[in-house]
Amino acid sequence: MSETEGGVVKKLMYVNRRAPYGTIYALESLEVVLIGAAFDQQVSLAFLDDGVYQLTRNQDTAAIGMKNFSPTYAALGDYDVREIYVERESLAARGLTLDDLQPLTYEDEDEDWAEKDSIRVVSSAELAAILDAQDVVLSF
Amino acid sequence: MKFGVLVNEGPYQHQASDSAYQFVRAALDAGHEVFRVFFYHDGVHNGTRLTVPPQDDRNVVERWSALAAERGLDLVLCVAAAQRRGLLDADEAKRHGKDVDNIAPGFRISGLGQLIEAAIQSDRLVTFGD
Repeated sequence: MSETEGGVVKKLMYVNRRAPYGTIYALESLEVVLIGAAFDQQVSLAFLDDGVYQLTRNQDTAAIGMKNFSPTYAALGDYDVREIYVERESLAARGLTLDDLQPLTYEDEDEDWAEKDSIRVVSSAELAAILDAQDVVLSF
Repeated sequence: MKFGVLVNEGPYQHQASDSAYQFVRAALDAGHEVFRVFFYHDGVHNGTRLTVPPQDDRNVVERWSALAAERGLDLVLCVAAAQRRGLLDADEAKRHGKDVDNIAPGFRISGLGQLIEAAIQSDRLVTFGD
């Protein structure tokens, strides 16, 4: 945690472990992330277990009568959410690769607003170390 | 230590609210501070005054209300989660043209910012749920 002129800045990670549909956890987690972005904290997201399905591309929810909220993830870059970790083992266990996920990007103001990838595929051990470095973990 | 508490599951269906209640009581008894208890997802159902549990069972909602009255706890229901699930305070009921409000004493409805604030202001944020 660090102090800035604006107050305390904490390292805050949202951990998403559930499928996007079936329960409301994924949708309501995303709502917290978007609201929380206004607080100028050092925010990151982690997707593991069935949570990796939240980021899959070309979701079509018409047949289950649910709102497809997956396009909202693409706005995370505009909310200054730039660190999105996806667990490699969770992808592999589900037969998924990075290519199955929608691309998420942000614009880097330090490099003339170059578009950069937000998603980083990390191992379970790497993710454990990242989790260990957080001040706050919100798990949904 | 200053704790923030997040309750993500409804009463009776899940033990999360019971465990959170026991944790908060124990923390306060041990001299710690509880900055806020925030109820999210189905956790907002902990704040309805319309529950009527069997008499030989614990009353989860009244227990929270009593603890809030005794210890000055701040019990906050997420407004977006609450509206979806039919939990309205008097103002919300009026605004949405509903004929009843159902928030138990000691609870208040507010935004998700209250959860983030609790996470920032507390030394530890403790989550109860799966």
